[in-house]
Amino acid sequence: MSETLRPDLALIARTVRQGARVLDVGCGDGALMAAMRDSSQVDARGLELDGSNVAAAVGRGLSVVQGDADTDLTYYPDASFDYAILSQTLQTTRRPDKVVEELLRIGRQAFVSFPNFAHWRGRLSLMWGGRMPVTRLLPDTWYDTLNIHHVTVDDFRALVKERGWTIDGQWFLKGDKETTHANANLFAEHAVFLLRK
Amino acid sequence: MASVPISEDNRFGLRRQARLAGPLRLSSGAQLGPVDIAYETYGRMNADKSNVILICHALTGDQYVASDHPVTGKPGWWWRLVGEGKPVDPARHFIVCSNVIGSCMGSSGPASLDPVTGDPHAMRFPVLTIADMVRAQALLLDHLGVDRLSAVIGGSMGGMQALTWPTLFPDRVESCVVIASTARHSAQNIAFHEVGRQAIMADPHWRGGDYYADGQAPMAGLAVARMAAHITYLSEAGLTEKFGRRLQGRDAKTFGFDADFQVESYLRHQGLSFVERFDANSYLYITRAMDYYDIAEDHGGSLAKAFTATSARFCLVSFDTDWLYPTAESRIIVHALNASGAQASFVELSSPFGHDAFLLECPELNRVVDGFLRGGRA
Repeated sequence: MSETLRPDLALIARTVRQGARVLDVGCGDGALMAAMRDSSQVDARGLELDGSNVAAAVGRGLSVVQGDADTDLTYYPDASFDYAILSQTLQTTRRPDKVVEELLRIGRQAFVSFPNFAHWRGRLSLMWGGRMPVTRLLPDTWYDTLNIHHVTVDDFRALVKERGWTIDGQWFLKGDKETTHANANLFAEHAVFLLRK
Repeated sequence: MASVPISEDNRFGLRRQARLAGPLRLSSGAQLGPVDIAYETYGRMNADKSNVILICHALTGDQYVASDHPVTGKPGWWWRLVGEGKPVDPARHFIVCSNVIGSCMGSSGPASLDPVTGDPHAMRFPVLTIADMVRAQALLLDHLGVDRLSAVIGGSMGGMQALTWPTLFPDRVESCVVIASTARHSAQNIAFHEVGRQAIMADPHWRGGDYYADGQAPMAGLAVARMAAHITYLSEAGLTEKFGRRLQGRDAKTFGFDADFQVESYLRHQGLSFVERFDANSYLYITRAMDYYDIAEDHGGSLAKAFTATSARFCLVSFDTDWLYPTAESRIIVHALNASGAQASFVELSSPFGHDAFLLECPELNRVVDGFLRGGRA
């Protein structure tokens, strides 16, 4: 499969252990699952809200269930996966904190990736334009975006600290390149965290 | 790949029938034997017998899944899914479809003859369950020399059999496709069936089920049963689109009780054409089997427990306008499969056709089933 993965997904695909059991929450059409299956013999399962995405994923031979991260994670047993993955879905859930709690219950570790709302472009847009940012990474307008809980790198770190979770890894992306941890809250377009309870 | 030479083996091909000694021990405790099973096979079993797919039919279905029906002349009931170039393809798969026991298309049922008395069993035939139908299919597979199923596939009552397979024979099933179905019959499902049964039993020609000798079957009752059931297979939107309030072959209401409306005429036609091909007692027995169906009940009330012994992969599909076996029923199964750690896929597809959607044109269904079946070979 020569499909180009989104940078945060490529990073996750590189990081998961060979042969791990993985639950991809909000797996879309299964691009990450297929990549992990083909390159690392990962036993991947998916959960996805959109029916046509599910059909596409099942159509490529993946085990994907149509369902909602906010309501359906409760049906997965404790510690039934090595990793639970939530890529660019956190900000679309009704209760992001509870969803991450569920990920850490189901998976021994959890990858969480999200667009950083505090990136300087967004800040400029608000500060000078006085308008909610519409950027390459946040292309939708305020009224039709699926993102209902905008979050920044520092917000997320604060949540991690408050809940007493452990950060096993963190990566920051600018375009498709990794960027420094310094001032990530200002310069990172994307953040990927690997958490443990 | 080398194939088992089957051309001269009369166990394989169209319009087959096997008499299996049994006896089959039924859920009720009764025994059935010998067991007649009418079936068809398509394609060839490969050398390692790894390409076998069992198709399970619905309440009023039969073994003619991909060949013309001998009574109606219509093409096989699942020709959209099973056939050359389809997801289930005789060029690649060895496909088996058998008539469920209790039915009337050649398998043992109330209309078949009691070998002891030489008369039809009628209501003396033992009451069956979905599990009994599956056990009979397993007997047939033994007879055909099939140990393991690459896949078992069914919609509606066929889905109930498909889902039951890995619970009874966890090591004989590699994958399981359950379409527009459920893990248990709901109160509403049972209620509709009871209406149908009462219509049949209220027909004076039914006579306690012993109507075979005098040539007067309870056709009016069976037709009404079919009409009531047929409504549950459709959707309100589908009925409105197809018929609306349009009148049938007339310009004005007659102020009588003729079939003024197109929808009445359509239902009457459905009822009348059904009685030509179906036995009323079989309708009683099969609806009863469906009502008794509750997989969790057979596993101490836990649906998840039913699937812990199997390593089969599962694919569930529901349709958004199906109110007979709505999406919520499939979700119950999916949650149980997740809890048991089984490999499960599930998708709700969109269709205007209600429950019947699984038999109708739906390219996404074909794509999902094809991908799922091929996924097992990845």
